[in-house]
Amino acid sequence: MHSTHWNWERTEYVEGKGIRAIGKRNVLNNFCIGISGNQQSCNRCHIGYGYADASFNFNDSLNVDCLACHDNSATYLKAIGGAGLPDSSVNLSFVAQHVGKPQRTNCGTCHFFGGGGNNVKHGDLEMSMFDPSRDVDVHMASEGSDMQCVDCHSAQKHQMLGKMYSVSSMNRGRVECEHCHSAMPHTDDVLNDHTLKVACQTCHIPTYAKVNPTKLFWDWSTAGRLRNGEPFEEKDSAGTDVYMSIKGSFVWGKNIKPDYIWFNGTASHYLVGDTLDPSRPLQLNVLYGSYDDPDAKIYPVKIHRAKQIYDTQYRYLIQPKTVSTKPGDGGYWAEFNWDRAAEEGMKQVNLPYSGHYGFVQTEMYWPVNHMVSPKSQAVQCGECHTRENGRLANLSGFYLPGRNYNPWVEFLGVGLLVLTLAATVVHGSVRFLMNRKRKGSN
Amino acid sequence: MKKEYVYKAFERFWHWAQAALIIFLGVTGFEIHGSIRFFGFDQAVRYHNVAAISFIILIVFAIFWHLTTGEWRQYMPTWKNLRAQAEYYVFGIFRNAPHPTRKTVLSKLNPLQKLVYAGLKVLVIPVMVVSGLLYMFYRYPQHNEILSLNIGSLEVIAVLHTIGAFLLVSFFIAHLYLGTTGRTVTSNLKAMITGYEELEEDSVDNKAQPVSHEPVLTK
Ligand code: HEM
Repeated sequence: MHSTHWNWERTEYVEGKGIRAIGKRNVLNNFCIGISGNQQSCNRCHIGYGYADASFNFNDSLNVDCLACHDNSATYLKAIGGAGLPDSSVNLSFVAQHVGKPQRTNCGTCHFFGGGGNNVKHGDLEMSMFDPSRDVDVHMASEGSDMQCVDCHSAQKHQMLGKMYSVSSMNRGRVECEHCHSAMPHTDDVLNDHTLKVACQTCHIPTYAKVNPTKLFWDWSTAGRLRNGEPFEEKDSAGTDVYMSIKGSFVWGKNIKPDYIWFNGTASHYLVGDTLDPSRPLQLNVLYGSYDDPDAKIYPVKIHRAKQIYDTQYRYLIQPKTVSTKPGDGGYWAEFNWDRAAEEGMKQVNLPYSGHYGFVQTEMYWPVNHMVSPKSQAVQCGECHTRENGRLANLSGFYLPGRNYNPWVEFLGVGLLVLTLAATVVHGSVRFLMNRKRKGSN
Repeated sequence: MKKEYVYKAFERFWHWAQAALIIFLGVTGFEIHGSIRFFGFDQAVRYHNVAAISFIILIVFAIFWHLTTGEWRQYMPTWKNLRAQAEYYVFGIFRNAPHPTRKTVLSKLNPLQKLVYAGLKVLVIPVMVVSGLLYMFYRYPQHNEILSLNIGSLEVIAVLHTIGAFLLVSFFIAHLYLGTTGRTVTSNLKAMITGYEELEEDSVDNKAQPVSHEPVLTK
């Protein structure tokens, strides 16, 4: 009953905001934005029965859906739009006879499909991870160590290790590679030196979204186009959605090189009602860290960008009501009216809506931790230690050998070499000519 | 002219090993620096580190040799003839004027050489070794939280190391060329290979120099 999977929030210290209860219950993202008003659909992935609105009773243990995680028959399924209730097709007594420790299927059913489709959110957690090849994930490959999610994300009293910085802020309860591997695991000292400042993931996850594409950009502002009064969808040649009337347009990407940031394990979040500056991209979660911070290391992240709805007068993000459960409830996916969706959604979060909306650019930072490659595919030295287009080209504030140099030293040094060379050539030529002349005149 | 044993076996070994190591350290170092592509960054680092350790070992032996033989005195910089030597390279050399400094076994360096070599030995090489070692081991104080030894940034270390590297490479170029300005174009080279060199028997400039007691071969 104290688990985060159950409560969808936990008490965290948020930099600059103090101690707050944050989690999926109240944090906004730049995918489907937020659950408020949309519980009927979103909460299919809650480990409860019937979390359909804010009145859900979190104190009643009979509301806990044990089977979502503990079904080992791989037949358990929650109903679409059912607020967490099982699908009517499920044979519950069969499932009840096959319970056990969570398998990849249990976790993946929710965590691979967050944001409304396969690999939408993470980029490193998706369908192929149900049974990945070694090239995709050395840890979880059945032909490799065949690890289950819970082998790393171990739990005591259902409090699992590991968390996502889309909804958490503090440096605690993390899964670290060092729980199994040592802090200096390489035979090469030079590589071991790196572990002071570089997280394992940075070199060992050269790309993410290795098998299926992940969403990189979501433009809500184009949503609402209709054909003959009906919503429609457009797919690209690979069969990926690029436009949906209900959600707007998307850009997807596959085999992506991560972005890199300094990260010390603490984060801050945009919380409902915070004011924003529409002239620049709003970071919904800020991951802290810098070279000078002894707790920070370089980590790979996926940056998800979006354009999402905000109140142009009050200057805060709008929690729209997207899901529609009955006619006239304002759900955007049925009515395609942003004003109504904003009005109804903001009621759910108890904030006024001015009646004026616009779209603001937002960014979210998702650390990439899975899809660890076999060591033969690890990022090579020269991919960062290079003057041009290195993987770390955007990280500043520190000296990276091979990338950085002091322009003055470079100028004077090269100048010195050129002068020395020129001097020897000139001196040598004059010597040679004078010598010949002398010999000739003798 | 008489042929004298100028460069002892260790000295010659030291010279050529040092030359090879500095060239190799220069190539691998400037690959690490991003100026050239040759071995690939990871191999360059590996080779640079191995060569650096070898270089340090060689330096230890060289210091021992210089101290025990007293040869270190050869490098004491002097004002005497410094100007004459510089003028020789700018004017005299073109007119086939005699070398202003007489080379003898006990004083085989001219004043400019003394100055430059002493500078390398007491300044450039120590800077390279110290900055190189700090570059190599900068992690350890920080990781073990010896904060007083903590190196916040590699930048200063790397910049010093790079300055030294540029100086060494330009020294190398000048050294190669000046090596051809001996009695004949190749006489210095031959001397450093065989140890023997034809030296003038006496000179007006260097009456004060003691006469060699080394075994002497005459032509
Ligand atoms: C005992 C002597 C030396 C030591 C201990 C040493 C050590 C190092 C180390 C540890 C690095 C950093 C890269 C790496 O991890 O390998 C480095 C870089 C470098 N070394 Fe050396 N080195 C020495 C001598 C030299 C010499 C003689 C040269 C040139 C003639 C040289 C040129 C360079 C250059 C250009 C860099 C790249 C600097 C930068 O761009 O940051 N090094 N050295």
